[in-house]
Amino acid sequence: MNKQSNDKHAVAERINAGLARRHAVERLFRCTGLLALLLGLTFLCALFFSIISKGYTAFQQTYIQLEIDFDEQKLDPAGERIYEVLSTADYGGLVKQSLRTAFPAVTSRQEQRLLYDLVSFGAAYHLRDRILADPALIGQISRVWVPASDDVDMLIKGYIKRDVPEAERRLRDVQLAWLDTLETEARLSLQFNTAFFTSGDSREPELAGIWGALMGSILTLAVTLALSFPIGVATAVYLEEFAPRNRWSDLIEVNINNLAAVPSIVFGLLGLAVFINFMSFPRSAPLVGGLVLTLMTLPTIIIASRAALRAVPPSIREAALGVGASKMQTVFFHVLPLALPGMLTGTIIGMAQALGETAPLLMIGMVAFIVDIPSSIFEPATVLPVQIFLWADSPERAFIERTSAAIMVLLGFLIAMNALAVILRKKLERRW
Amino acid sequence: MTRNISLCAAMCFIFAAQASAQTTRDFISIVGSSTVYPFATVVAEIFGKTTRFKTPKVESTGTGGGFKLFCGGIGTRYPDIANSSRAIKPSEIDACVANGVLEIIEVKIGYDGIAIGSSRKANRLALSRKDLFLALAKHIPDPKGGEHLIVNPHKTWKTVNPDLPDVTVEVLGPPPTSGTRDAFVELAMEGGCAQFGWIAALKKNDEQRYKSVCHTIREDGAYVEAGENDNLIVQKLEANSGALGILGFSFLDQNADKMQGAAVDGVIPTFESIADGRYPISRPLFLYVKKAHVGMIPGIAEFLHELSSEKAWGDDGYLADKGLIPMPEEERIRFAENSRQLRANQFSDKN
Repeated sequence: MNKQSNDKHAVAERINAGLARRHAVERLFRCTGLLALLLGLTFLCALFFSIISKGYTAFQQTYIQLEIDFDEQKLDPAGERIYEVLSTADYGGLVKQSLRTAFPAVTSRQEQRLLYDLVSFGAAYHLRDRILADPALIGQISRVWVPASDDVDMLIKGYIKRDVPEAERRLRDVQLAWLDTLETEARLSLQFNTAFFTSGDSREPELAGIWGALMGSILTLAVTLALSFPIGVATAVYLEEFAPRNRWSDLIEVNINNLAAVPSIVFGLLGLAVFINFMSFPRSAPLVGGLVLTLMTLPTIIIASRAALRAVPPSIREAALGVGASKMQTVFFHVLPLALPGMLTGTIIGMAQALGETAPLLMIGMVAFIVDIPSSIFEPATVLPVQIFLWADSPERAFIERTSAAIMVLLGFLIAMNALAVILRKKLERRW
Repeated sequence: MTRNISLCAAMCFIFAAQASAQTTRDFISIVGSSTVYPFATVVAEIFGKTTRFKTPKVESTGTGGGFKLFCGGIGTRYPDIANSSRAIKPSEIDACVANGVLEIIEVKIGYDGIAIGSSRKANRLALSRKDLFLALAKHIPDPKGGEHLIVNPHKTWKTVNPDLPDVTVEVLGPPPTSGTRDAFVELAMEGGCAQFGWIAALKKNDEQRYKSVCHTIREDGAYVEAGENDNLIVQKLEANSGALGILGFSFLDQNADKMQGAAVDGVIPTFESIADGRYPISRPLFLYVKKAHVGMIPGIAEFLHELSSEKAWGDDGYLADKGLIPMPEEERIRFAENSRQLRANQFSDKN
């Protein structure tokens, strides 16, 4: 009895002696974990702050109101109102004329050039679109808001400073004076930048939009999803449920795992050799981009799907087989529905990777300047990350804010994709 | 199941292949130099907006990569136009000829200056090409005399040239894959290097050695490879006022409130000094057009017409607004003539 309590005492003492140290180690571990988390969050916040603070201004654009005389003599002297005549009329001349009437004191050719530089060259196409939409405007004088040039936009947004010497900024003193006049007449204002969301790429920052690249990304990902999800799931089901375990299936498994770690540029080279050179698919098309990204995402989907299948308890398979279901019925009616949420997660991770990829697309010609918005998977297109890369490399300063804005659109797209995955998973998820 | 799906996929491929074989390309395809890209894209955009043709597609592949695609052959699969920040090389002509691309129209579009930029907070430097060579080459001639090379010992600009300030040599520039780097090495470094008589003499006897002496940039940290993105170099120079950066003139022009260009051989890089050829580090930019594709792809002749019009590449043209330095007028007339009459270089004769 005494001996026993002595022993107990000794054990308790031994535990107590080490307890403080063990608690300290645990606290240290927790603190390190927390620190890592905080560090990660800080970086994330810094990233978001820098992108949003630089980019939010791109959602607004400076517009100038011009009084345009849609003179019938100039636009459509024959009065036929046919598309060919209306679309090729000299709208640039109307813009210049209106600027000259607004500032009659400007007479020298050089000063007139400076005056015309205030307005974007896209203003003429803006007027053309208006006339094509509503030919009844011809013969009227109306006030039209047209986009200002990128330099004016940068000045209004404060990226070009007024107080630096004239030679060091891209706007001359006379131009500043004209802008002041326009501003006092309330003919200069910041408005929502619809062009950014509705147009394709442009070399003029004030006309450049993200819609073309967004469409390109959607088309490319559609091809990727349509191919990689069924192929990936089918492969996983076969390997996990039907394939015999032997040296060959081991070999395939090792290869799939290796494939997941292959640098993406290699898939681009493969795509160039197989899809473009051998099968002669069109260069720069979302079809080829989607195929290349399919190769890249397949291993990710297969690995995730196999893990999801393995997570389904064997009791479910046994129960199904026990009531007389065939192997295939067991898999398709009982195992697959339970594994689907996990497979979807894997697919979304793969698709998110594919969305951010640029390296393989370089090889197949999707790093390109494309103005027209793609409407099918055979037309040339570019994708969001490539658009960001191309804008980041442009000399015009107004592209800096547009680059950040494009990153925000890309992040938004990513968040939407992930949200969809979460919703699907919540809907399909079953507990056992 | 898998078999069915792979069968389906195979069918998809076949349909897609047929569809693509049937669609002939109805837009111009341009590939090549990232330096020419900002100019070719402006022309392409305006061409697309003002004509009934589709907007040409412009790929930024780099000059060498562009020629590889361009010289691949004749047919809608291959690009119609190659942008280049240098003249086409004999080896590239051989590749073109081997694939049946025999007639190429060469169009020079203008000049591009390479500026040695620094922050406005620092004093503007006045460098010579010799200073640049002595500061940036891996091996330089022994300052004590004699015809042998030593490892570049210069740590500050003052030891390079006593007239320069006592500031550490730190130059940010593009990596070797960049065309800007090639041009800088050829025009600035080689220009300074050839001022040493005995090295210049090497060019005749031992061209290999001459090139390795003049073209090798030091790797001890004085030259910092800052990536292909010139905007990044601008940002870094703003933060580090002691450093210099090698960048395209259009980036200097866009950031004139933050940056200044060092004078090279007494000439400050400005639009005018590059245009009249006084500024020594400038290079011509080219477009190469496949003549066999004119008529096959709609709009190539009209595209050349747009490019070679005065409103595009003239002194007051829109390309000049984007930072391209126009050619002198007589050169413009000559190249406009060439491109309007589709006058091609016949390369087959040379072989």
